[in-house]
Amino acid sequence: MDLLEYQGKSYFARFGIPVSKGAVANSSDEAVEVAQTLGLPVVIKAQVKVGGRGKAGGVKLANDLEEVKSKADEILGLNIKGHVVNTLWIEKASEIKEEYYLSFTLDRSKRQHVMMLSAQGGVDIEEVAATNPEAIKKMYVDPFKGIDEAELSEIIKTSGLNPVAYTQVKEVIMKLYECFVKGDAELAEINPLILTTQDKIHALDAKVTLDDDARFRHPEWEEFGQSDEGDQRDKLARSKGLNYVGLDGFVGVIANGAGLAMSTCDVVNQVGGAPANFLDIGGGANAQVMANALEVINTDPNVRSILINIFGGIVRCDEVAKGILQALTEVKLVSPIVIRLDGTNAELARQILKDHISDTLIQETTMMSAAKKAVEIAQMKGSK
Amino acid sequence: MSIWADENTKVVVQGLTGGQGRFHGLRNRDYGTKVLAGVTPGKGGQDVDGIPVFNTVKEAVEQTGVNASFVSVPPQAAPGAILEAAEAGIELIVCITEHIPMHDQARVFNALKNNYPNCRLIGPNCPGIISPGKCNIGITAGSIATPGGPVGIVSRSGTLTYQAIYELTQMGIGQTTCVGIGGDPVPGTVFTDVLEAFEKDDETKAILMIGEIGGSAEEEAAELIKESISKPVVAYIAGVTAPEGRKMGHAGAIISGSKGTAAAKKAALEKAGALVAQNPTQAGQLMNDVVKSLGF
Repeated sequence: MDLLEYQGKSYFARFGIPVSKGAVANSSDEAVEVAQTLGLPVVIKAQVKVGGRGKAGGVKLANDLEEVKSKADEILGLNIKGHVVNTLWIEKASEIKEEYYLSFTLDRSKRQHVMMLSAQGGVDIEEVAATNPEAIKKMYVDPFKGIDEAELSEIIKTSGLNPVAYTQVKEVIMKLYECFVKGDAELAEINPLILTTQDKIHALDAKVTLDDDARFRHPEWEEFGQSDEGDQRDKLARSKGLNYVGLDGFVGVIANGAGLAMSTCDVVNQVGGAPANFLDIGGGANAQVMANALEVINTDPNVRSILINIFGGIVRCDEVAKGILQALTEVKLVSPIVIRLDGTNAELARQILKDHISDTLIQETTMMSAAKKAVEIAQMKGSK
Repeated sequence: MSIWADENTKVVVQGLTGGQGRFHGLRNRDYGTKVLAGVTPGKGGQDVDGIPVFNTVKEAVEQTGVNASFVSVPPQAAPGAILEAAEAGIELIVCITEHIPMHDQARVFNALKNNYPNCRLIGPNCPGIISPGKCNIGITAGSIATPGGPVGIVSRSGTLTYQAIYELTQMGIGQTTCVGIGGDPVPGTVFTDVLEAFEKDDETKAILMIGEIGGSAEEEAAELIKESISKPVVAYIAGVTAPEGRKMGHAGAIISGSKGTAAAKKAALEKAGALVAQNPTQAGQLMNDVVKSLGF
């Protein structure tokens, strides 16, 4: 789950990383109140889960309270790459001497943690990586052993930072690593990490992605709420614990496993259709999960046929079949279902479905033929 | 021949007394796999359909001589279970558990690498390994596989592993070993490990590789194929039509140096000399042509 900047900063603060004082505001009046408490000047920052908000006019400096009100009004409601701004973060303006970049993430190919540190922060770091890769210092960390502090000190010295910052940067790096590992973050990024005119280091921004799989040991994540990305369909699916991504087509897709679900979308496309969604019912799928999946797809007005592609491994096909029958009794399905089942308990599943096969519940034997059938039905319905 | 798992593999199921462990453990035994023991702390002395259950992997090793483990326990317990198996001297660990936190995966993988370099972990979040006719560890439905080779299969996706096996079986093409490596952030075994093992395996004459979008594992496999794999490779990458993921930070993109798209992966594999299919069915057909041209 991605955190908003202010949530990320509050997470940083838990680990002792210095951040600017500030508060959240949901209206321009609230923004003025916050600014009065903090003292001027302040920076008003749009809270959206997308990069490039500065260029889009989502970050503004205000020197007096009138400016706070007018600039807050300008930013609220702004549409930044499809994200509408409802929340502002108001913080005391910092006097910036230098801007750095610092992050921890996992290098999937090395299967180790990697720290990246650069004296050229505050800008598009991907641009720096492309044009001047030498400017980004990397340090790989064995997740079993943790940070080698001597190595870290050497890297800081060669990274082009202002020497007055060395000690403080090292402290922030150690704290950010703790936030990354103990805080179960997939990404912890500070851009920019600033050196103020008073020679103090602190985080001026925060990009944190939490690992949803670690939620069980982080009751404190409650304050961040649930992820609210995507459209209505995505939200309904998420509330039912489904791995769903809404797409623009007209064939509803349900499969087990992310790979098979993606592949099913590909095949729908290749036989001339377009998938309405990606939906992976996962490894623990039972009858209820299948019923939920059908319910979500049923609410999508674009769907004209439903393709269920199951290759049972840990998922047992008989459970899937029961779920389909359960859904048929609970929900009035708008679109016909084409189903293809193979693998664990497939024969049992076919027997369960046998007496229910009709014009609206069609069984096919292969992935290709099932995709063709689903697309054919959708196209016939579309032409009516 | 086959790789890593064969008729001499003796398996302990960690979590045999749980619902999934029992179902799949017994199914593996029914397939002919030597499933000799189960482990559930606190349930030592019991048995599951005649398979003795021990409190620790160490006891299971000492009393039954098992050399492989099938880990089927919840995500909170899986890291400890894997390390316990490695410490007890198990050399092949198959972990099907999904939703293990990323940092736990990273710690466990590197703990094995540092302390038990001869121990191979497959997974987590994978279907396991099957050498048809010899040994099946994990959740693959054994009935879809065909013994005798000549094709080795490796896949990042569980269900696409089954689909790939099924496509070959439908065409009458056998498999030496099928390895589902899983698509989690820190897999114990990656494409390049499996490709190298297939290259050394005399019975494997061709390799079917199933990848998917994201990361750069397929690009690394392409590098290896170009450098040191002499056997023909047929590949399929799932996710051609997938929308671009929402990514907030930039660190991931900088690190991999790859966009991770299906198109980029397909291009890298084709450049390395692999035949790349558009879908699993076509992958089966391409492999059929390859196998025929090899005289099978």
